Amino acid sequence: MNRNWTAFNITSVVFGFAFLYIPILLLIIYSFNESKLVTVWAGFSTKWYAAAFANQALVDAAWVTFQVAFISASIATVLGTMAAMALVRYTRFNGRFLFSGMIYAPLVMPEVITGLSLLLLFVAIGLDRGMLTVILAHITFSMCFVAVVVQSRLSTMDASLEEAALDLGATPTRAFFSVTLPLILPAVLAGWMLAFTLSLDDLVIAQFNSGPGATTLPMKIFSQVRLGVTPEINAVCTILVAIVTTGVVIASISMKRQEIARQRAQQLAAQA
Amino acid sequence: MSGVFKAVMGRAIIWLPYLWLLIFFLAPFFLVAKLSVSQTAIAQPPYLPVLTMGEGLSGWWADFKTFAFDNYAFLATDSLYWKGYLSSLQIAFISTLLTLVIGYPLAYGMARAPRTMRPLLLMLVILPFWTSFLIRVYAWIGILKKEGLLNQFLLWLGLISEPLTVLNTDVAVYIGIVYSYLPFMVLPLYANLERQDGTLLEAASDLGCNRFSAFWQITWPLSRPGVIAGCFLVFIPAVGEFVIPSLLGGSSTLMIGRILFDEFFLNRDWPISSAVAVLLLLILIVPIMLFQRSEARAREMAKGVGP
Repeated sequence: MNRNWTAFNITSVVFGFAFLYIPILLLIIYSFNESKLVTVWAGFSTKWYAAAFANQALVDAAWVTFQVAFISASIATVLGTMAAMALVRYTRFNGRFLFSGMIYAPLVMPEVITGLSLLLLFVAIGLDRGMLTVILAHITFSMCFVAVVVQSRLSTMDASLEEAALDLGATPTRAFFSVTLPLILPAVLAGWMLAFTLSLDDLVIAQFNSGPGATTLPMKIFSQVRLGVTPEINAVCTILVAIVTTGVVIASISMKRQEIARQRAQQLAAQA
Repeated sequence: MSGVFKAVMGRAIIWLPYLWLLIFFLAPFFLVAKLSVSQTAIAQPPYLPVLTMGEGLSGWWADFKTFAFDNYAFLATDSLYWKGYLSSLQIAFISTLLTLVIGYPLAYGMARAPRTMRPLLLMLVILPFWTSFLIRVYAWIGILKKEGLLNQFLLWLGLISEPLTVLNTDVAVYIGIVYSYLPFMVLPLYANLERQDGTLLEAASDLGCNRFSAFWQITWPLSRPGVIAGCFLVFIPAVGEFVIPSLLGGSSTLMIGRILFDEFFLNRDWPISSAVAVLLLLILIVPIMLFQRSEARAREMAKGVGP
């Protein structure tokens, strides 16, 4: 669908992106503001970054958040990839309808419901709220996002490659690790990144399921933001945005490279 | 023996995630439903137990008769709650329409961009989706508040003589929802529009159709699946939204997600918040099922048509 890119098309794209990006850019610019008044520019300064790093409570919360995000994203990637394999490779099994329902529902489920229901589960089984419960909660919703990302890749993958490996005597596990996984790896990595950032970002579910000593960065930011906008929080937010942006850009460039290499290999194989 | 073991392990890719979701996603809903019919108590946890195990079916029946449906009766009598539900649905509905109105031209423009530019544009839509939701909402506080950047800008332009009050109003909530959920609308729309066959439009114009009516007769009907998916992805979570109304909304902004949160954390009334959650889920179950059906259908289509 590429006839001509009209002035109307260009304008709507420009306005759309301006709307998406201006607020974030302003936030970043004002994190370098000398003044304590967030909206009055008083010269360039990095003092709020220094202040943020000197704030022990913020640093602690950041450390908790990164641990939670790393562990939950890793486990969610394994479970989500399994779920995607199950959905694509086994088109009929008992309870498949319920299974796919449980994969899609968390994508749109309001967070207050997920948060409250998980909390009641942890109270019912007598698990004290803390970092572990936040990790379990984050695995649960992010594995569904991983499953959806990996599933879309798997369903466009040529299943005959895996079948060939099985015919040649590979065990299902071996076939998965040496044939399927390398082919879907970009999607698996993208799934991990998505799970990581979802966990990094989550406020509501963490608020319900966290306990003393396990305050996450979003919880900390939220409680401070309620008291007003501060340049220190702008600085913290800028750091987070920078980390995520760098990660996403690197991941997408490396995925692109892999994709090109894969296509080249396929072309060579076709010629041979 | 080892054959059985292998079969069980081979199916582990099904039962392991299945079991996880049953325990951590499905089972908790029954706990919410159960708690919604129990009494509030000053205890830890703050409610009286119902449906305790160990007394068998007869015990359950006896329990059933003691179910406190008064939580639901309370929700029906106190206007805060039903007004909250109605206003959440209204705010979510209007924001979804606004997101569509802004997102459609954007997705359309992206889909018609030169082929080499499209990956970059797609990446630019996905990027804010990865950056923190909380941060993106927070960014608007500095813009919308009375001495904020929007008012400074408008005053400087001379468009207004007095600063506008936008923050802590419903308008700010609409802006926040549209802004936060725009990528959710644009992505399915773009995926749909990008795949559309350009020759259909050429055929239409050869047959004397002008651009405008070609759009309404071809592009728009073909993009319906994308529109539907995008609208569900915005509407359903927006109904239960908590962060946006509590940061950008005012004290008069009623949204049920916020009511539930306050009921739980401020009033420590677990049974009432459970009842609020159950009703919210009942309201959303139809859109959620429709969303799942449209997703499943889209997947079947992709499988059938794909390479």
